[in-house]
Amino acid sequence: MPTILFYLFAILMIAGGICVVVMKNPVSSAMGMIGSFIGLAALLIGLNAYFVGTLQVLVYAGAIMVLFIFIIMLLDLKKEEGKEYGGSSVAASIIIPIIFILIMIPVLSAVNKDFTKLDGHALNAAAEKLDKNIPADSHIRKALTGSSDGSKNVDPNKATLPDVNLIGQKLFTEYNFPLQIVGVLLLVATIGCVTLSKKLHGDATDPDEDQRMAKTLAKSTDIPKVTITANAESSDKKA
Amino acid sequence: MEALIPIIIILAKVIGITFVLTLPIIAYSVYAERRFAAIIQDRVGPNRTGIPLTIFGLKKDISFFGLLQPLADGLKFILKEDFVPSHVNKFFFWLAPALTMVPALVTLSVVPFGSSFFGEKLVIADVSVGPLMIFAVASLSVYGITIAGWASNNKYSFFGGVRSCAQMISYEIALGLSVIPVLMHFGDLNLSNIVAEQAKNGWLLLPLWGDEGLTTERLLLWFPMIISFFIFTISIFAETNRMPFDLPECETELVGGYHTEYSSMKFALFFLGEYAAMIVGSALIVTLFLGGWSIGFGADAWVIETCGNWAGLIHLGVFLVKLVAFILFFILIRWTVPRFRYDQLMKLGWVVFFELALINILITAVIMTWTEGNLSNFELGATIAGVSIFSIVMFYIAKSLEKMLASDAKKEA
Repeated sequence: MPTILFYLFAILMIAGGICVVVMKNPVSSAMGMIGSFIGLAALLIGLNAYFVGTLQVLVYAGAIMVLFIFIIMLLDLKKEEGKEYGGSSVAASIIIPIIFILIMIPVLSAVNKDFTKLDGHALNAAAEKLDKNIPADSHIRKALTGSSDGSKNVDPNKATLPDVNLIGQKLFTEYNFPLQIVGVLLLVATIGCVTLSKKLHGDATDPDEDQRMAKTLAKSTDIPKVTITANAESSDKKA
Repeated sequence: MEALIPIIIILAKVIGITFVLTLPIIAYSVYAERRFAAIIQDRVGPNRTGIPLTIFGLKKDISFFGLLQPLADGLKFILKEDFVPSHVNKFFFWLAPALTMVPALVTLSVVPFGSSFFGEKLVIADVSVGPLMIFAVASLSVYGITIAGWASNNKYSFFGGVRSCAQMISYEIALGLSVIPVLMHFGDLNLSNIVAEQAKNGWLLLPLWGDEGLTTERLLLWFPMIISFFIFTISIFAETNRMPFDLPECETELVGGYHTEYSSMKFALFFLGEYAAMIVGSALIVTLFLGGWSIGFGADAWVIETCGNWAGLIHLGVFLVKLVAFILFFILIRWTVPRFRYDQLMKLGWVVFFELALINILITAVIMTWTEGNLSNFELGATIAGVSIFSIVMFYIAKSLEKMLASDAKKEA
């Protein structure tokens, strides 16, 4: 059963990837990419990495791709669709994947293929290898040992993988400082974006402001028709 | 054969919860909406549809207060002409209605509908990342409306799609941030465990019973939780595109919004998708804040003791009662509150809720560390003083910048 699901989602992922490359309509490409992300998320969930799989959908398919589609929809797609691709782009699309495969061969051949099945016994064994700083009554120990009091009464049938807690534990102990730095970095980037996109002189989105500016402009100059905003036009027509 | 049993159980849960339970609720919430709206507006509403006995030569029809109206509506939608305009992008035009309906139904898979029934938990997938899973799948429902607006190749539809896209992205942030204090309090991401915890120790908004009763910690945490509930509920209204935030289909400005070009069953799927999203949202609010399937007041342990394996069904009933109550609340709001203006909507999401949710997280964290004894009174005072000084300084800078910009604009004018 799991193998069937693996092939199903692997096919979804590859089909999505092919869509991204082959489709001429950018919206179709973006939708193909979303399909590919969902396939990838399903594969990650199949590997018991629920948290990473869910974040894959939440962040990439649900947030980043929405912005992509939002921008693409505002473009003139007829121009994009009529484009013909010459020899250079075809050559690049052959050479780059070949280089990528050449890089992947040594990486994949160096992988340790000595896998153990992730069952209750493996989880119980992993509980003994945990960091000594993690207390006995923590979620991580309780879930890995499958008992309600941490270290005693190990039960392989009840053991589960506490992937969220494990990621949180690693992130907030070993990588706490880098995490804080990343937070500050993101905040700086956000403030930078807001500053760059904000119009410094007069807020154009405020309708009252627009009207006021249009009126003052109409008074101060003798041009009969001020075409700044729709509001200005209508007030001029009335006059 | 033994390998098949878990698959059969899962299939039974999927069919039972999604198709037998939720789809009729969706259909009847449309009926409830019409009847409830009629009551509010002092009309009668659809009260005639029933079994048409006069066709068979009898004297009187049986009407059941119009309870067969959803069936008639469904039949009407299927039998109407399915018109596809020539200028649309056919593939995405067909895909979009499905993309609104499917994510809403998929999210139901992690909502616990009841406690265990003969040893089987009444939840389709008892995953350890419940709320995240719901947010992830619900964030995909943006595509349905957005793609519908774009594929229709119509200005009004497109505006509706773009509005919906911007609105849902904005309120997803408030939604996600407002739920963090709740998850911090429970320390768990499994919705079944969250509900079991609430059944034992009191609902999040009613922490009155349990082993400890109303301790200082819970009394102090009550306030941030109420703020969370407030932000979360209003954000759910915006996420489901319900009144007062139904700007994507604002009739006075956009004809029909994103579904202007849609007809027959494709339109019905948008319609039903909205109600499905409303039901998922209500289910999530009930699960996180109002104790899910728990009866409350310490009655759950007694019910499980006396009813044994059948307790699951009682809990299912309790959950459905809470769900229906919340759906009626949604409908009541729709017919009492007027529509927001678009810039007001964006301002509310980004300027009010975003900040309020962030401050709420901070307050919850401070209360939790202080009551656990990890924070001395001096440190607590220092934190509060530091945060307030920082906020006052930032507020002052923002205000003076605003004034500077305003005087600059005046000079140029």
